[in-house]
Amino acid sequence: MVDSSLSAEKRAARTRWMLLAPALIILVFAASGPLLITVIYSFLTAGDYGGVEWQFSTEAWFNVFAQRDIFEGTLGWSDAHLSIFWRSVKLSLITTLACLFFGVPTAYFIATRPKKQRDLWMLLIIIPFWTNLLIRTFAILELIRNEGTINTILLWTGVIDAPIQMLYTEFSIILGMVYVYLPLMVLPVYASMERLDFSLIEAGYDLYATRFKVLRRVILPLVKPGIIAGSILVFVPSLGAYVTPRVMGGGNQLMIGNLIELQFGQGRNWPLGAALSMTLLAIVMVALIVYVRAAGNEETRHG
Amino acid sequence: MTTAISLRDLRKTYAGNPPVNALAGADLDIFDNEFFTLLGPSGCGKTTLLRLIAGFEHPTSGSLDMFGESILDLPPYKRPINTVFQSYALFPHLTVAQNIAFGLEMLGKPKAEIKATVAEMVDLVQMTELADRQTSQISGGQQQRVALARALAPKPRVLLLDEPLSALDFKLRKEMQLELKRLQTETGITFIFVTHDQEEALTMSDRIAVMNAGSIRQIGAPRDIYDHPAERFVADFIGDTNFLPAEVSSVQDQTAVVRLASGQTTTALLPEGGARAGQVTLALRPEHARLVAPEEGLLTGAVDNIVYFGTDTHIHVKLQDGTSFVLRQQNSPDTQLRFDTGDTAGIRFSPDVAQVLKD
Repeated sequence: MVDSSLSAEKRAARTRWMLLAPALIILVFAASGPLLITVIYSFLTAGDYGGVEWQFSTEAWFNVFAQRDIFEGTLGWSDAHLSIFWRSVKLSLITTLACLFFGVPTAYFIATRPKKQRDLWMLLIIIPFWTNLLIRTFAILELIRNEGTINTILLWTGVIDAPIQMLYTEFSIILGMVYVYLPLMVLPVYASMERLDFSLIEAGYDLYATRFKVLRRVILPLVKPGIIAGSILVFVPSLGAYVTPRVMGGGNQLMIGNLIELQFGQGRNWPLGAALSMTLLAIVMVALIVYVRAAGNEETRHG
Repeated sequence: MTTAISLRDLRKTYAGNPPVNALAGADLDIFDNEFFTLLGPSGCGKTTLLRLIAGFEHPTSGSLDMFGESILDLPPYKRPINTVFQSYALFPHLTVAQNIAFGLEMLGKPKAEIKATVAEMVDLVQMTELADRQTSQISGGQQQRVALARALAPKPRVLLLDEPLSALDFKLRKEMQLELKRLQTETGITFIFVTHDQEEALTMSDRIAVMNAGSIRQIGAPRDIYDHPAERFVADFIGDTNFLPAEVSSVQDQTAVVRLASGQTTTALLPEGGARAGQVTLALRPEHARLVAPEEGLLTGAVDNIVYFGTDTHIHVKLQDGTSFVLRQQNSPDTQLRFDTGDTAGIRFSPDVAQVLKD
């Protein structure tokens, strides 16, 4: 009896591992593998026609942050890269804030609808996901370009004399990213709002809290997990966004994603591309640690 | 006596097909420093009435005054009324002390005063040791106390309690009943208590309003309501009642001479609002009747069933018309039941004990 039960336990363990195996294999090879390769590539020498030559070099990492003056040979900060890093962080932060600004009220609106209606509203939020990202981005481009819908209408009604330049600006990138990533904010915030016990809101009103104070002292602290999750879900892909800045920003509003693509493409500098990728990863991790720490601190302060 | 809350023809109708009359015209005066209970089965409108007073719902029509001034246009956060919620609704992100301090902070009280009041409140509900706990780390009974302290801390003029004891077990509920009564007396705040538990209502209240199907059926002191139910619903809902058919033969002031089905006559109390004639129904509490020899009885029947309940014994008697009559007799070493199952027995009750019902 003991033996058979032991073997049954072993069998169960084996079954568990077998169920886990496909996912594990994919994770190990598809996530860790390429990451490892990227790390290795960043320490190699660029090949003349793309690819890498197997020769150790820190040149790529050096070029991420610094540059040599071609004529004088002096060293300086790599202004081009730094400004792109800065723009990426700035635009991603603005995108996250804008998604919070639009997403939290939307989630609240949906969570306060009757149960039967909520699914319909959620469907409306999710529908854009079913359309290709590129097509959605070009649709916005059609709206805001100089000969686009908005400018045409404004010109026709005589509100403006010349088209407003909206496309190929930081504004257009933010607009595109907010549009694309807004559902990623609404979904987790809605999930935590739906769990919210609405008698707590009544308790807030009952205890002399105005609408604004109920929002700040009751609702926001309780949906904070959703807000943190949503912010991460928006901020991280924003930082690495590639398609949206490429289409909406034209050629002169690069973000890190575009810069990396450039190195693997026309730039033919794979090690630099790899080093930039690792830098992006580092920025994301630092940002997340800072953010989660700050959010956690607030938690202990308020209890 | 000052009137704390006064409502006139207060109505609340929810849109729908057909529309739901949650409250179909309530008239009520609740006095200052009173323990007032709204009693009724679920769906009778008692919670709707409470939510209208709190300000969570807006009435369809009618007036709602507090100390003589209309509060209809005041949002809940401007009404000096606090609520103890059925689910307690404690803020899970705050500690016990922070929960209690919440209302005071919202009122903008100075920090020192908040600290003093919170200390006083946790002491009042005997939660001092647990003041820094998260609300998820304390038991149901303790959460109940915190909810009470939180609602009392801002010193409201009126405290609303929405079935606050329903989630507690029997023993704890008994304790909290006494505790609530003590708090009400100590603080002098008007308590409006909602419950479907008749025993709770009878033991705690100064006055009770019995509600059914969106309207108030009877208002009175526990004793009035129990001894003199005005109508069948009230008699049936509160305590056990025997209903007897009878015919009014003459009326004098508040009493009537009635002829029972057995042909015997007795006197019974008339309901408020006038004389009745013809066929009526009498309500008689089981403990107000006693078993006697058949020839002495106003009614006679066969003893059907004797059930021992510890403190008392219930005797079921099958009357001649086939209906069942229940008597309740207190047990003590001195009393002994002289009847056995199957015996013929008489039932007797004093004059003016039975109550004529309105319907």
